[in-house]
Amino acid sequence: MAEKLLDIKNLTTSFRIKDDYHAAVDNLSLTVNKNEVLAIVGESGCGKSALAFSIMGLHTRAKIEGDILYKGNNIAKMSPSELNKVRGNDLGMIFQDPLTSLNPLMEVGEQIGETLYLHNKNMSKNARREKVLDLLNKVGIPRAEHVINQFPHELSGGMRQRVMIAMAIANKPELLIADEPTTALDVTIQSQILDLINKLKDEMDSGIVLITHDLGVVAEMADRVAVMYAGQIVEVADVKTLFESPLHPYTRSLLNSVPNANTEQDELHVIQGIVPSLQNLPREGCRFGARIPWIDESAHEKHPELKEVAPGHQVRCTCYKHFSFPDESKEEQHVLS
Amino acid sequence: MSYLEVNDLKVHFPIKGGVFGRTVGHIKAVDGVSFSLEKGKTYGLVGESGSGKTTTGRAIIGLNNITSGKVMFDGKEITNMRRAKSDARKNIQMIFQDPYSSLNPKKRVVDIVSEPLRNFENLTRKEERKRVQELLELVGLSPESILKYPHEFSGGQRQRIGIARAIALKPKLIIADEPVSALDVSVQAQVLNFMKEIQKELDLTYLFISHDLGVIKHMCDEIGIMYKGRYVEEGTAEDIFNDPQHIYTKRLVAAIPDIDPNKREEKRKFREEVKVEYDQSYNDYFDEEGLAYKLQPVSDTHLVALPEKG
Repeated sequence: MAEKLLDIKNLTTSFRIKDDYHAAVDNLSLTVNKNEVLAIVGESGCGKSALAFSIMGLHTRAKIEGDILYKGNNIAKMSPSELNKVRGNDLGMIFQDPLTSLNPLMEVGEQIGETLYLHNKNMSKNARREKVLDLLNKVGIPRAEHVINQFPHELSGGMRQRVMIAMAIANKPELLIADEPTTALDVTIQSQILDLINKLKDEMDSGIVLITHDLGVVAEMADRVAVMYAGQIVEVADVKTLFESPLHPYTRSLLNSVPNANTEQDELHVIQGIVPSLQNLPREGCRFGARIPWIDESAHEKHPELKEVAPGHQVRCTCYKHFSFPDESKEEQHVLS
Repeated sequence: MSYLEVNDLKVHFPIKGGVFGRTVGHIKAVDGVSFSLEKGKTYGLVGESGSGKTTTGRAIIGLNNITSGKVMFDGKEITNMRRAKSDARKNIQMIFQDPYSSLNPKKRVVDIVSEPLRNFENLTRKEERKRVQELLELVGLSPESILKYPHEFSGGQRQRIGIARAIALKPKLIIADEPVSALDVSVQAQVLNFMKEIQKELDLTYLFISHDLGVIKHMCDEIGIMYKGRYVEEGTAEDIFNDPQHIYTKRLVAAIPDIDPNKREEKRKFREEVKVEYDQSYNDYFDEEGLAYKLQPVSDTHLVALPEKG
C-alpha cells in the first residue's frame, strides 16, 4: 500500500461574490501518495488552480471548509506562522505565470536564496550562493554564475520558468504542486522541464500534483489522473485506464477534442456550450448534463457521487452508461435502419 | 504560379546604443526566408519563441518593415506596401494570437467588426449593420451580440469576433498568428473546426503560425520550420512528421508529448537518443554563429538546411 502524503477530505473553497459565497472547489476529496504524479485536468474555470491555492493556503479571502491533511497535519487549520514553516519547505509550488510570480526588483539569485534562508537561517552566505548555483545548474540554466545576478525581465520565458522551478525545489519539498508548469513554453523546453520534475520525483521520493489542461503532458507524466469539471472531480483513474477506457462523458469529450500529431482525424470534437461561470454553476444534478443535451435527463442521477467502478477507477453520475457522441449514435441508428 | 511568394525575406531590427542613440548593430529577426503558398491551402510556420515566425507574418502584411527581399501576392509585388487603401491590404487579413488583448475593450462588437468595412467600403449605417450581422451569423454568434462589449464573451467567442473582423472584407489570404494558443482544448477544437469550414466556404488561403505541432499537423498541408530567423526544413506535413531530416526538426518532433501512456518509456528513450545526436552533430548542422545553412532539396517537396560540405 502506497504511503499517503496528502489527504484532502471534503474540501470546499468558496469565494464571495456580492454577499453570497460560491464554491469554486466543491466538496472534493483526493489523495496523493509518495513518489506519485497525480495530474489534475480540466478547462480553465473548473477550479483546478483554486484547489492548488487552497492546498498551499494562499487564499486570503476565500472560505475554506474541510480538511487538508499533509502527513496527518491539517494545513487548512494552521495559523499563518505554522503555515510559513511548511510552505516552501515541505510544500513547494511552481506557479503558472513566471513573469508575475517573480519579484521584478530582486535578482534571481537573491530570490532563490531567500527561500533557503527562511527555512535554514544558519546557512552561511557563501554556502547559500553555492546552493543557489547548484540549483540553477540542476534546472539546466546555462551560465548560472551570470544568471544569478540577473533580474527576471532579463531572462526568457523558459528561463524564468526554470527559476521558478529552482525556487520551488530549493528545499527539496516532499509535495510539489505544479500549476501549468509548461503551458507557456515551447515543446523542446517543455520536455526538458518535465524530465526535470520526473527526476525530482525519483530523487526525493516526492509526491507531485500536476495541474494542466494539456492531455499530452498528462499521458507523459502522470501515474494517476483526476478530471475536474465545475469544481468537482468527475473521474479518477490510473493513467492507462483513463486514456484507454475513459468513462465519464466529459473525459471522453476532452480526449476527442485534442488535435494530435500522432493520429489522423478530420474534425475535432467540440463540447457544446461553455463552462458555466461561478455564480451560474448548476448546484444540483449532473453538472455536465447541460453540455450533452442529447442525452436524456433520466440518464443522470439526482445527486451524483463519485462511485468506484473498478479498483482505483471512480466516476461521477450514471450518465456515462448511456453516453455516446451524437455522430456515433447517428451511425448506430444508420446500422439499425 | 503560386499565390503568395516570399523571396529571401529579411527583417532586421536596429539596436540603438551609445550617447547619441546610434545604431550599433542589428538583430536579424528574419534572415533570408523564402517560401510560396498555393491558393486554398494552409501553410504552417513553426518555430520556438524568438525564431522569427511572427515577424515573418507581420512583415508580409506590412506591420514590420522589410529590410530586403520581395513579397509577391497574386502576381503583384506588395513589399513594404504603404498605401493604406491598397487592394493587398484588403485581401490579406490577420487573426491575432490573444483574443483577450486584440479586441478594443471600449468598443462594441459592431464597431470592432465594421472597422475594416468603414475603411474600405462606403456603406450606410443600415447596410453596415446588416453586413456585421451576417458576419456574426457566419461565425456562429447571435445577432443580438452586436451591441455587446468584448468582455461579455468567452475566449472562443472572442476569437470568433476576431475572425469575423478578419473575414469582413472577404480577404483571400489570412495570416493566423497562434490563433488558438490562448484557448482551452475544447474551445481550440471549436475555432480550428470553424477555420477549416470557412476555408472551404470562402476559398481562403491560410498562413498558420504556431508552435503547437499537434495543431499544425491537424491544419496544414505544407510546413516550414524556422530557427533563429532562418528555415531549417520545409516540406509536406508527411515529410516533416514522418521523415524529419534536420537535427532540429527531429528534436522538435521527438519532443511532442504522446497521448498514449503506454508509449511513455519508448518515447523517453527515443528522446534521449535524439538529444545525444543533437548535441553531437549540432556543429555540423549549424555554422559558427549557430545559424542554419541554405536549404537543399532532398525530394520534390522536401527541403532541408543540410551542411554545405558533406
